[in-house]
Amino acid sequence: MTTRIVELRRGILKKNDELAAGLRDRFTSAGVLVLNLVSSPGTGKTALLERTLRELRARGVRVAALVGDLETDNDARRLASSGAPVRQINTHGICHLDAEMVSKHLEGWEGVSLAALDLLFIENVGNLVCPSSYDLGERIRVALLSVTEGEDKPLKYPGLFNSSDAAVITKIDLADPCGFDRQLALKNINEIRPGIRVFETSAKTGAGMEAWLDYLAGEARI
Amino acid sequence: MFNTTTRRDKSRSQPSLGRSIVQKDSMHELSIASSIVETVSESAAAYPGARVKEVRLRVGALASIVEDSLQFCWELATEDSPLAGSKLVIHRLPVIVHCESCGIDSELDGVQSFRCPRCGEIAADLRQGRELEIESIELEDPDPAPDEPAKIKEQV
Repeated sequence: MTTRIVELRRGILKKNDELAAGLRDRFTSAGVLVLNLVSSPGTGKTALLERTLRELRARGVRVAALVGDLETDNDARRLASSGAPVRQINTHGICHLDAEMVSKHLEGWEGVSLAALDLLFIENVGNLVCPSSYDLGERIRVALLSVTEGEDKPLKYPGLFNSSDAAVITKIDLADPCGFDRQLALKNINEIRPGIRVFETSAKTGAGMEAWLDYLAGEARI
Repeated sequence: MFNTTTRRDKSRSQPSLGRSIVQKDSMHELSIASSIVETVSESAAAYPGARVKEVRLRVGALASIVEDSLQFCWELATEDSPLAGSKLVIHRLPVIVHCESCGIDSELDGVQSFRCPRCGEIAADLRQGRELEIESIELEDPDPAPDEPAKIKEQV
C-alpha cells in the first residue's frame, strides 16, 4: 500500500471568491458603489437602511437594496416604503449570503440596471460570524453594533470587525438608558481594526445621519 | 447557526441528498466542509482508485471557523464522497502583523488587540490570519489485485 501527499494550496472558498471578484469588476464598470451591511440580528440594519435609502433619495442619489433573511420578505417590504427598488433574498436556513445568491438576485430585477445606480446596499443575514468569510463583491463592508449589545462586541467577534471597512454604532438615542460606555466601545473597535471609520447613528432621531450620508456620498463620488 | 429543516433554496445548484435531515449548508462550518469536499473530490479524481486518507487545512485565527464544529460535521459532509472515512487535520495559524515603526513582522498571542508586541504601537498591517485553505491531501493507492504478483512470477 503506498500513500502520497498532494499539495493543493487552494482557498476553500475559491469559487465564492472568484464569483465575488467577477461581481466587483461588474460593479466597478457600472460605476455603482456596493456596501455589505453585517451585524447581529436586531442591531438595526434595516432601520438604518430604511432611513439611509429615504434620505439619499431625497438628495437625488440613485439607490437600491438587496436584503438577506432566512425567511419572510418583511424587511424588503419595510425598505420598499422608502421608494427605492428592493429585492429580498431568502436563504432558507443558510446563515449568510454568498456571491452566488447576490449574482442570481441581480438577474431579472425588474426596473433595476446597475449602470443606473449610484449605490447598492446588501443587507446580510443577521449574524456576526459566518458572513465574514463570504466576499459578496462589495467595495465597503460595514459592521454595525448597537448600544444595547455591549461594548465588547468587537472583541468577541474580531473576524468580522477586522475585515470591515467602516463601523456604525446604532441606536445612540438609547446610549444613556443602557449605560453605554462610548469611549470603551470606540477603543475596542480600534483595537480590532485600527484606523477604521466609525459612525454613531440613531435611525429614530436622525442623530449622526448627516456624517454617515456624507461619507456614503463621498465614497460614491456623488 | 443550525437549522434542521429540509427546505432548500431552489436557486442553489447543489442537489439535495434527500435522506439527510440536516441541510448540507445550513451551518457555516457545514458550508465550509461541503466546499472542501467539492475541491478535494475534483483533485482526487486525477488519481483513480486512490482513497483520500487525510485532508490538511490551514486556518487563520481570524477566519471565523470553529474547529470543533468543522470536525463535528466532517463525517456527514464527506459521506458518499471520495473523502468518506478521511481524517481532517487543521493547522491553526496565528495572526502576524507588520509594525511600521519597528519594521518587523510579529506573531500576536490572540485576536483581541492589533498592536506590535515589541513597541506597543498599533499595527494594522495584517500579514497572516485570514487563511482558509486546503494545504494538502494524503492519498492511499489501492493494493494491486491479489493475482497480479502471481502472474508476474509465472512470467519470470
